[in-house]
Amino acid sequence: MMINGAILNGLSNWIFLAMVVGVPLYAQYRKVKVYETFVGGAKEGIAVMIRIIPHLVAMLVAIGMLRASGAFELLGAALAPILSYVGMPPEVLPLALIRPFSGSAANGMLAELSQLYGGDSFIAKLAATIMGGTETTFYVVAIYFGVVAISRTRYAIPVGLIADAVGVIAALVICRWVFL
Amino acid sequence: MLNFVWLAMMLAAVVCAVITGRVDAVVSAVTDYAKLAFEVALGLTGIMVFWLGLMKIAQQAGLITLLARAMQPILKRLFPEVPVDHPAMGAMMLNISANMLGLGNAATPFGLKAMTQLQRLNQHPRVASNAMCMFLAINTSSVQLIPTTAIAYLAAAGAAHPASIVMTALLATLCSTIAAIVAAKGFARLPRYRIIKEDE
Repeated sequence: MMINGAILNGLSNWIFLAMVVGVPLYAQYRKVKVYETFVGGAKEGIAVMIRIIPHLVAMLVAIGMLRASGAFELLGAALAPILSYVGMPPEVLPLALIRPFSGSAANGMLAELSQLYGGDSFIAKLAATIMGGTETTFYVVAIYFGVVAISRTRYAIPVGLIADAVGVIAALVICRWVFL
Repeated sequence: MLNFVWLAMMLAAVVCAVITGRVDAVVSAVTDYAKLAFEVALGLTGIMVFWLGLMKIAQQAGLITLLARAMQPILKRLFPEVPVDHPAMGAMMLNISANMLGLGNAATPFGLKAMTQLQRLNQHPRVASNAMCMFLAINTSSVQLIPTTAIAYLAAAGAAHPASIVMTALLATLCSTIAAIVAAKGFARLPRYRIIKEDE
């Protein structure tokens, strides 16, 4: 586990650039008019974005209200006794709770926990692992279904929340096993 | 479901605000986040336009069909309703690949494109199809191979080996993705989630 963070970051930069430059290069070789094709495809992007703005506003307002109300802290306090029983540090719970709603809020909490307890602490490593194993379910569901105007989402939300819960539990079990 | 979730979120916010005495904060959150949502959308538009342009080039060059064929054995099982050569397959594959590589900015445009393509195959335009739910399941379970942002935060806080979470995050994400796929396949069979006529 001695992988260097700088090397990883450098690698993802190169993968990124290989895609951005490599794809048009290959297309040119296949005699595609790269510039015209790019502009033609890019135009669709504007229409797509206009369609998702109402969904983005609706979802983000509800998420913002929930954050400002202190709901996550209340839920965290209520769940704290159960958490200490299963060996999960209660400090990490607000992050796990907010993760399905807002990626940037969860990222902010990760930064805060790392600064507060140190980058090598169990709390910070658990929080980082949770970030890697979960996703912003409500945000993704709202904008993905928003773009096609579907309101009957069937089991998409339950499945996303199950995935997040499994991600958090798995992160806890794996981190206790690897780091403690 | 979204109707219920949206209402429940706002209602819970009001109830909690009364308990915690943060009614003022909740009131200002409404305008702040409405404004923020538009700013986010504006920022996303440029990225969306760029990646959809690049995707078109890849499509014209035949790269997407090539990649979709390579991943065909897996995709066929996950999305039995989608024809292998359909553009939806290509877009979904690009979305999943971008997510795996941690290119979240690129993943969203491909994902939205995939949804519009899946909608063309959908026989009940107001109701999510099985393929859409499976696609969302994979998306909401996070399939990122290397959580670069999380590593950066640990490094910033002085971690000696910030990349030590690569393994743990990979295992956690593997668990959540498997759970999501199994749950999506299982739920698709439940009578509760059957597509009925009144839905349309």
